[in-house]
Amino acid sequence: MKGSLNKLSGGGQTWTLVGLALAFATGAWFESLGFFEFTKNNTDEIWILFIEHIHLVLISSVISISIGVPTGILLTRGFMRRYRNWSLNLLGICQTVPSLAVIAIAMTYLGIGKKTAIFALVIYGLLPIIRNSVAGLASVDPVILDAGRGMGMSPRQLLFRVELPNALYIILAGIRTSMVINVGTAAMSFLVGGGGLGDLIFSGIAMVDPGYMLAGAVPTAALAIFLNWFLGKVEGWTISPGLVYEQSTASDI
Amino acid sequence: MIRLEKVTKIYPGTNVPAVNDVDMEVQEGEICVLIGSSGCGKTTLMRMINRLIPITSGSIYIDGKNILDIDPIELRRHIGYAIQQIGLFPHMTVYDNIATVPRLLKWDKRRIDERVDELLTMVQLDPTQFRHRYPRELSGGQAQRIGVARAMATDPPVMLMDEPFGAIDPINREVLQDEFLKIQSQVKKTIVFVTHDIHEAIKMGDKIALLDVGRLVQFGTPEELLTNPKNQFVKDFVGADRALKRLDLLKVKDAMLENPVHCHDTDDVGSVVRAMQEKKLNFLLVNDPQDRLKGYVTLRDIYDQSGKAGDFTKPMTLTVRPQQNLKDALSKMLTFDLGIVVAVDDDGKLMGVLNTTTLARVVGETYDEHGGRWGKIMAGGKIL
Repeated sequence: MKGSLNKLSGGGQTWTLVGLALAFATGAWFESLGFFEFTKNNTDEIWILFIEHIHLVLISSVISISIGVPTGILLTRGFMRRYRNWSLNLLGICQTVPSLAVIAIAMTYLGIGKKTAIFALVIYGLLPIIRNSVAGLASVDPVILDAGRGMGMSPRQLLFRVELPNALYIILAGIRTSMVINVGTAAMSFLVGGGGLGDLIFSGIAMVDPGYMLAGAVPTAALAIFLNWFLGKVEGWTISPGLVYEQSTASDI
Repeated sequence: MIRLEKVTKIYPGTNVPAVNDVDMEVQEGEICVLIGSSGCGKTTLMRMINRLIPITSGSIYIDGKNILDIDPIELRRHIGYAIQQIGLFPHMTVYDNIATVPRLLKWDKRRIDERVDELLTMVQLDPTQFRHRYPRELSGGQAQRIGVARAMATDPPVMLMDEPFGAIDPINREVLQDEFLKIQSQVKKTIVFVTHDIHEAIKMGDKIALLDVGRLVQFGTPEELLTNPKNQFVKDFVGADRALKRLDLLKVKDAMLENPVHCHDTDDVGSVVRAMQEKKLNFLLVNDPQDRLKGYVTLRDIYDQSGKAGDFTKPMTLTVRPQQNLKDALSKMLTFDLGIVVAVDDDGKLMGVLNTTTLARVVGETYDEHGGRWGKIMAGGKIL
């Protein structure tokens, strides 16, 4: 017992060391590209762009969620059910359009600016949310719906007390996918004058200045990783402990 | 309590009625079992009672009120509903599951707390241990119990149960059925109970409604169906072994020969021997003077002996109670290879005797008023 524990902790230490070494190597490499130097000299500007980026992501995601989840619910109600596959296919086709193209198309109608960027991000973020809302609600065991109806729940009570809590895991997974992708897509907002960390990334690329580019790319990546972790936590807080899913899928996607 | 008049259901897109012109009435406090092979319309019929399935024509009255005049959601909140797959909400604790309907009816928290504990105790689950468990932490039998408790949460006068013990292994099913009957004997609900298992129907039903392709074939007590099947279909359904099934329904006291021949342990052996020879008995039951069973003597043991019968009495290896059902008694006779079992009451008093002849008499086609030759020999009470 004690031996195996030592072995385990020994393993942990090894991985920690490997991680530290990797982080150090990456840091050294970034330093050689001028990343830290640039960051130190432009903290204020990076910070402003970072906040702008977060705004883009949050505003567009909130809109996507508040359109996507109700749409998913509607598509699983009575008469709409027959259009479910049809509309999911349509959304699936829309999703194959590259994000850059969505932004370009949005620009032709709305011109340039934040609005255009947010509009494109909303459209692009919708599908995973609608798809997972539909899939989640469709996955609820019909037996518990029958039990709920048989006990005298109104359709509304059935939705809020039985269907949504049981579909929550799949719906939240859709939201998580959408938001994490959104962080990356939001970088392209710069192209239509929407601002955000894309400013640093694209300018860095244009000027062949890796330090400049990394100053945008590293916070973007960090934001995506943080959001993924945080939304995983949210799932843990909101999903009933009575519902168990495989550990591996619950902790990371 | 529940009256069905010419109830018919034709599903859209079909022209064969799933339920065809059914008339029946379930009395207050009775369990009415709907039985039939799958697709006979029994579940459809049950689900029409709480309007989960709309009626095509005909009417259903609960307590004299046409159910179409009651808001379906309101109606369902006042009818207990339990189904085979149980349908416990997986995201809710046992407490929340049972509290579902009380909450819909806006009971206050204290009243719900008390009721949940009461119900858990009733279905023999320890409240402190089970209140906060989730359905996934329950065994099949425990979940089934919670399902029944949830259906009874607001003490509804009418309950619909669709194979509520269907998904349970046979041994636990028996236990749950017995427990449920015990509860029912106290709460006296009016219950419509769907099953496809004729044993369960006979055991649970005060009345049985046998359905075939949507029609009510026979409606009556289990006795009536077993002894008086209306036609070949009913005969086939209750089975060729319906004589054996009656054993489930009958008690030892229905079949036993009362006041059987016996002597007292204080009787003199000599006179006992003479009496036995006269009656051609080779064994005899022995009571004490208070008529409590002491055991038996065999002719071989006491022949040519002197003393009291009590000195030669051997204890009875096995006795049954008059309230036990005949199936148990027969099973014991077969297991212990006994030709005869003796029924005694809780105080050990001799009540009667039972052998295969008396069994045949009550279940059987070989009906003989006197229980045959054996009956004549064994009858007669105190021998001396």
